[in-house]
Amino acid sequence: MGNAKRKIEKRDMSETNTAPEYELFHENTQAIIFNYQTKAIQRMLDFDYACRRKTPSVAAIVYASRPGYHKCFWGSEEIMIPIYRTTKEAAEKHKNADVFINFASFRSSYESSLEALEQPSIRTVAIIAEGIPERKSRLLVAKAKELGKWMIGPATVGGIKAGKFKIGNTAGSIENIIDTRLYVPGCVGFVSKSGGMSNELYNTISLACRIDGEEDDTLAYPALNEGIAVGGDSYPGSTLYDHLIRIEKNPEVKMLVALGEVGGDGEYQIAEAIKSGEITKPLVMWVMGTCSTLFPGEVQFGHAGARADAEEETAHAKNKALKEAGAIVPNSFDDLGDIIKGVYNDLASKKVIEPVKIPEAVVVPIDIQDAQKQGLIRKPTNFVSTISDDRGEELTYNGVPISKVVGEGYGIGGTLGLLWFKRELPKFASDYLELILVLTADHGPAVSGAHNTIVAARAGKDLVSAVASGMLTIGPRFGGAIDGASQRFKRAIDEGLKPEAFIDSMKKEGIPIPGIGHRVKSLSNPDKRVELLKNYALEHFGAAKHIKFAMEVEQLTTKKKGNLILNVDGAIGTSFIDMLVATGCFDDKEIQRFVDLGFLNGLFLVGRCMGMVGHFMDQGNLEQALYRHPWDDITYM
Amino acid sequence: MAHRAIREFDGKKMVSDLLAKFGAEEVAHSNRVAQVNEDTEYAFLVEENPWLETEKLVVKPDQLIKRRGNNNLLLLNADFPEVRAWIDERMNKEITIDDVTGVINNFVIEPFIPHEASDEYYVAIHSERDGDEILFYKEGGVDVGDIDAKANRLKVPVLGQLDEDKIESELLGGVPSERIAVLKQFISSLFKLYAEAGFVYLEINPAVYLEDKIILLDLAAKLDDTAEFECGKLWGSFQFPAGFGRKSMRAERHIARLDSQSGASLKLTILNQKARIWTMVAGGGASVVYTDTIADLGAGEELANYGEYSGNPSDEESYEYAKTILELMTAEPDPEGKPKILIVGGGIANFTDVAKTFSGIIRAFREYGDQLKAVDAKIFVRRGGPNYKVGLERMREVGDQIGLPIEVYGPETHMTKIVNLGLAA
Repeated sequence: MGNAKRKIEKRDMSETNTAPEYELFHENTQAIIFNYQTKAIQRMLDFDYACRRKTPSVAAIVYASRPGYHKCFWGSEEIMIPIYRTTKEAAEKHKNADVFINFASFRSSYESSLEALEQPSIRTVAIIAEGIPERKSRLLVAKAKELGKWMIGPATVGGIKAGKFKIGNTAGSIENIIDTRLYVPGCVGFVSKSGGMSNELYNTISLACRIDGEEDDTLAYPALNEGIAVGGDSYPGSTLYDHLIRIEKNPEVKMLVALGEVGGDGEYQIAEAIKSGEITKPLVMWVMGTCSTLFPGEVQFGHAGARADAEEETAHAKNKALKEAGAIVPNSFDDLGDIIKGVYNDLASKKVIEPVKIPEAVVVPIDIQDAQKQGLIRKPTNFVSTISDDRGEELTYNGVPISKVVGEGYGIGGTLGLLWFKRELPKFASDYLELILVLTADHGPAVSGAHNTIVAARAGKDLVSAVASGMLTIGPRFGGAIDGASQRFKRAIDEGLKPEAFIDSMKKEGIPIPGIGHRVKSLSNPDKRVELLKNYALEHFGAAKHIKFAMEVEQLTTKKKGNLILNVDGAIGTSFIDMLVATGCFDDKEIQRFVDLGFLNGLFLVGRCMGMVGHFMDQGNLEQALYRHPWDDITYM
Repeated sequence: MAHRAIREFDGKKMVSDLLAKFGAEEVAHSNRVAQVNEDTEYAFLVEENPWLETEKLVVKPDQLIKRRGNNNLLLLNADFPEVRAWIDERMNKEITIDDVTGVINNFVIEPFIPHEASDEYYVAIHSERDGDEILFYKEGGVDVGDIDAKANRLKVPVLGQLDEDKIESELLGGVPSERIAVLKQFISSLFKLYAEAGFVYLEINPAVYLEDKIILLDLAAKLDDTAEFECGKLWGSFQFPAGFGRKSMRAERHIARLDSQSGASLKLTILNQKARIWTMVAGGGASVVYTDTIADLGAGEELANYGEYSGNPSDEESYEYAKTILELMTAEPDPEGKPKILIVGGGIANFTDVAKTFSGIIRAFREYGDQLKAVDAKIFVRRGGPNYKVGLERMREVGDQIGLPIEVYGPETHMTKIVNLGLAA
């Protein structure tokens, strides 16, 4: 079947729940998942797919805040799983789903577990949360007992029925599931206090079931049949003993393996069950925590129940009792693999088990992200970005963490330095950028940008639309002269032109010199903004040859006409280049690229944005009505 | 985490306050208790507890130490200056009780209550899987004897209620009839507060009948700390004390701090800093199994630490964790010149990216390469799970690059095999 797509069979499942008492999970078992655990759900479905299950093992999800459907993969196809508001609703709509897997937090797990136990169609409730108060757990245990239901957990990863069904995240990644042959039903029943160690034991069992001297490693003894982690709490819903005597009854199971733990006295019940003949199949068992004697005083291990309050609760005492009762107890965990192998060989010699051909696993498609992480695939990116990065613990601007940008007072000028020029600019330069932003922030309501903003605001448009309509007027005639000025003046200086020659060349081209000339200002009525810029440039930018050149040009043009002064565009356009030169951070090629890219319009854009937002708010505050331009102001022809 | 014992001071305050809240105001005295630790200002203490200067007092250390009377850790019928002198003499002194050595630094002071032996009773409640059991005996005090054999018992099943009539019929045998009403109400309230306030163990021995009310003379209690989110308000403000024993080491406190600030789990207990075998194991279950195996193979005496890292620690956290262990491990070479052994163990991870958690450890190896060589360190690695091949390969590489003997194994090797290899090295 390999990688081929498989359609999900649609059929009525209500007739198929006739599994024997000892069988909690079979190949048609379906579960209701409480809480939106998308990863766990996908892992269950991937397991199903690898096992060649005909239907997904997840019937429904209960998640009050998002009823609807959840989309997930079945092999490489996508399927939808319904999401319900309440457990009751999910259980009523999916009567065949008899397993409830509760991923609620320790705070709310009690209520949701209780509700699940009360649904007649639910037979097994697995509780994942760790840290449920013991009194609450005991209530659930008693309730489950009263209703004749199985409860697995709290504080557990769950369990697995090899080749048929698994609870949530049990047995880890799909690679591990395939490596440890959990996609095929086997002959070992395993129960454990520890969820983490179950994974290890599935591995131990899959290593032990290989046949000595057999070259063909697809020929092996059957591995795991069922594995249950009962959870580390003091009062698990079901105990190692409960599951051992249940699994013992399964004729497919030929060997039992159990991993107990220091604390509690459940292991004695198992010892008694061996003595009384309740357990007859070979049981390999080890009780963890023999090291507790190394510790001074009482020791509490990670599990709530892992603590010996009395000598008989120690791992040593329990291992001894089990051994005496007839369990196969290794001398240490280190021998466990060999001991299991020994039982395999013994059962094989008695013909209780026989080698089987392990079928090849169905390949479960791998997620792109995982494949990429493992270096299995690569894909070219569509974008590249170098100025900022939001992926790490902290946002960075050109590699500088935002806490440093704020903490060391980079300010707006410094931030522009990082994001536009990818440099840590000296203070004189970042201050200069801020100066420009202040000077260009607004220029009254009559200029085209402000005007458009006002008209759009009065037409009832939102802030972004109104400001955008103003912004869109920025270009060669409005604001854009800064760029033109810097390009023209730079080229003249680069070509070594004298001011006279520059003016002549512009005249020949028939183009007014960008950055020169003002509608109302003149030599006798100077523009204060230009004065400020000139002074700043001459004071801070050393040679400042661009603005000085522009001032020489102004000397000549004003002789022709009083209003042909260096205007604010020209002052910014030229002094800006002087700033870039003065920082010593950029070579000529870079400066040329900034100028060509039209950085200066950007500066005007950022600056003027402040004014436009202001105009929008102003119009709103004044509740200005729709503007209609008067007929008499238009020449109709 | 689990059952946690609380100080007698906190227990008495809590139970005494809760008794009033749960209907025993008329039948229980309010307990007067004062606590003294290193930071206590006596003037302030007296202001809060004026009875200290007017009553005869009892004082004892309050650090979960058992049988204080037998260990000369109890002063009876003393006035306040005597109590102060007694405390000052013992504050911050090291003592050894039952092979456990620790520093005394917390005391509880109460009024001395003279009473007759016939006024003493034993009351306890403990929890089991199928219910709570109340124990009562008509005598009490330190000499009560084998209480398990003597006490009357009343079991309250998990889904059942306390039958008040049974308190009298099942528990109060041998009690003078005029005291029955008071004791009945007392036990009824005590059970209610036990059940409502997240207790898992409560022993009052003796509870003393005094002027038609009960007073708690000696009390031990354990709470289920997972119940904090629903019982915290009833508990009031207090802290779970560490068990009596040696003070935690700086490195242990450092890891405990990291642990408390992280979503991951980082644990470290130093057993013997001078010992030769160190472990750095991923996963709670696996860390127990590695430690077990070292002990079971006869090398328990040589084991330096117990600990675990799990729950997907960040690169930085696993680096800090590894660094802390390497620092301790390389502090001095083995006095007999034997190699130091580091077991970097773990089972098969469910979803933790093995390569990622190893990257922090590898960084620490690079940093401590020279120190590790100086103590003739031999390192054994075993791990499985997502991306383990890459992780193991990087471990091999770092060994080669810095010239450290690092042996690396994956899931094809039994988990504890590296313990065997390490012990043979």
